[in-house]
Amino acid sequence: MNSNKISIQNVDLFYGTFQALKSINMDIPENQVTAFIGPSGCGKSTLLKCLNRMNDLVEGCKITGEILLDDKSINQMDVNLLRKQVGMVFQKPNPFPMSVYDNIAFGPRTHGIRSRVMLDEIVEKSLRDAAIWDEVKDRLNKSALGLSGGQQQRLCIARALAVHPEVLLMDEPTSALDPISTSKIEELCTQLKKEYTIVIVTHNMQQAARISDRTAFFLLGEAVEYTDTEKMFSMPTDKRTEDYITGRFG
Amino acid sequence: MRKQKQLATPIYGKQSFLEKLISYKKKPGSLIMAILVMLATAFTLFIILYILGYILAKGIPYITPSLFSWEYNSENVSLMPALITTIEMTVLSLVIAVPLGIFTAIYLVEYAKSGNRLVKLIRLTTETLSGIPSIIYGLFGMLFFVTYLKWKYSLLAGGLTLSIMILPLIMRTTEEALLAVPASYREASFGLGAGRLRTVFRVVLPSAIPGILAGVILAIGRIVGETAALIYTAGTVAQVPPTLLSSGRTLAVHMYLLSSEGLNTNQAYATAVVLLILVVLINGLSSLVSRKLSKGKQV
Repeated sequence: MNSNKISIQNVDLFYGTFQALKSINMDIPENQVTAFIGPSGCGKSTLLKCLNRMNDLVEGCKITGEILLDDKSINQMDVNLLRKQVGMVFQKPNPFPMSVYDNIAFGPRTHGIRSRVMLDEIVEKSLRDAAIWDEVKDRLNKSALGLSGGQQQRLCIARALAVHPEVLLMDEPTSALDPISTSKIEELCTQLKKEYTIVIVTHNMQQAARISDRTAFFLLGEAVEYTDTEKMFSMPTDKRTEDYITGRFG
Repeated sequence: MRKQKQLATPIYGKQSFLEKLISYKKKPGSLIMAILVMLATAFTLFIILYILGYILAKGIPYITPSLFSWEYNSENVSLMPALITTIEMTVLSLVIAVPLGIFTAIYLVEYAKSGNRLVKLIRLTTETLSGIPSIIYGLFGMLFFVTYLKWKYSLLAGGLTLSIMILPLIMRTTEEALLAVPASYREASFGLGAGRLRTVFRVVLPSAIPGILAGVILAIGRIVGETAALIYTAGTVAQVPPTLLSSGRTLAVHMYLLSSEGLNTNQAYATAVVLLILVVLINGLSSLVSRKLSKGKQV
């Protein structure tokens, strides 16, 4: 077994008076793909956003409990450094309205890299790692908004990789994409887990089964079951998990 | 942009005007509506062209070299001092109002918590201020800058009065432009570990620039066209103000005076032509800047 990258301990989360997460306990192993599944509104995206403290931006959001990254509490880390270590890819591709190059270079520049040579290197490596280099290498200075949806999403992955994160959070990264783009990104996930720890939220159970090593099933703010993906989809222990993955609700 | 325009051409675009009318034959309601809409357009277009044509026809014959001599006297009725004063006044007002307005808008949109009482107060104030007639700003400027601060009729008093006048406009347009920037840009930037300052200045503001510039152009229009607020604050001396604390008249004030004196009405029309050209130039320049700044945004 790999060691644990992230440890979630007793996390409760409230939006105002609504409790969105109920005492979540979970360890996320290093260099594996962990999938969060569950019906809409079950708290899976909310938990994902706790991991890089994106919920700090939400007014009226209160979190108790402890989340450890490499055994250090993320609440005591500088939030910008935390987000450098824990990168994020969003549901809808959201490239900046800048050139492809500037999109990728935004992160490294934010963290103080100015040298053109280094930036060139980072941009090329990130785009290669996100399997999109060949498609964009001739149009690095053109607007990123001209790319197709699937290309934009891979660009966003490349942008996240450019700051050398250790963990990559993906919030339903393929829900807005066509099947071909989806399979490209799934393939990418299995590639990337050699270097990164990946946590992916998905609506699509087949996707979770295809690419993840561990799966957590959420329902109404609770982590109902969290185990090896293979076990989850072949013999779930909880009745509710079974009902969900066999398609009885959700 | 250009691509979009092509796409926007409707499929039935090749129908002639007559064919279109005939296609409405069995729907009298649609026919009447179509005719009304076209008439309204034609009427609006006619008025604008008529005014333009009238001013050009009346003014162009009196545009003479002497109108552009450096010194004004009652012989040449030169508009040059007024032209320069206009530009100075515009720059002065914008230099004060644009940063203030933009920063206030940034605070309201990006920093303040929603439901903050101060924010509500600021919004209420700006809404009220933007509806006030300019002569009231002029009165305030006269009482405060000219009399109380003893700046006399001066470029500075006029410029400050105008900047107060355009501040709400700049704030509102900037606020709207910032609100129109998708939240996903901010999320992406924060997600990469950028702080709020960097997010605002590197991601949000650049995307909002066209909207902000549209506000600035409107503001320029108001400054260049203002008379009431200026007569009592900047005065009417026909000179290039040698210092910030001396009086000067802008082109609009110059025009107002020429036509109210009744001696040089023709020169007033000529001045109007120059003013028109100035405004067109400023607008062209602004949209050029906007296009330069929003490079990479267009597909």
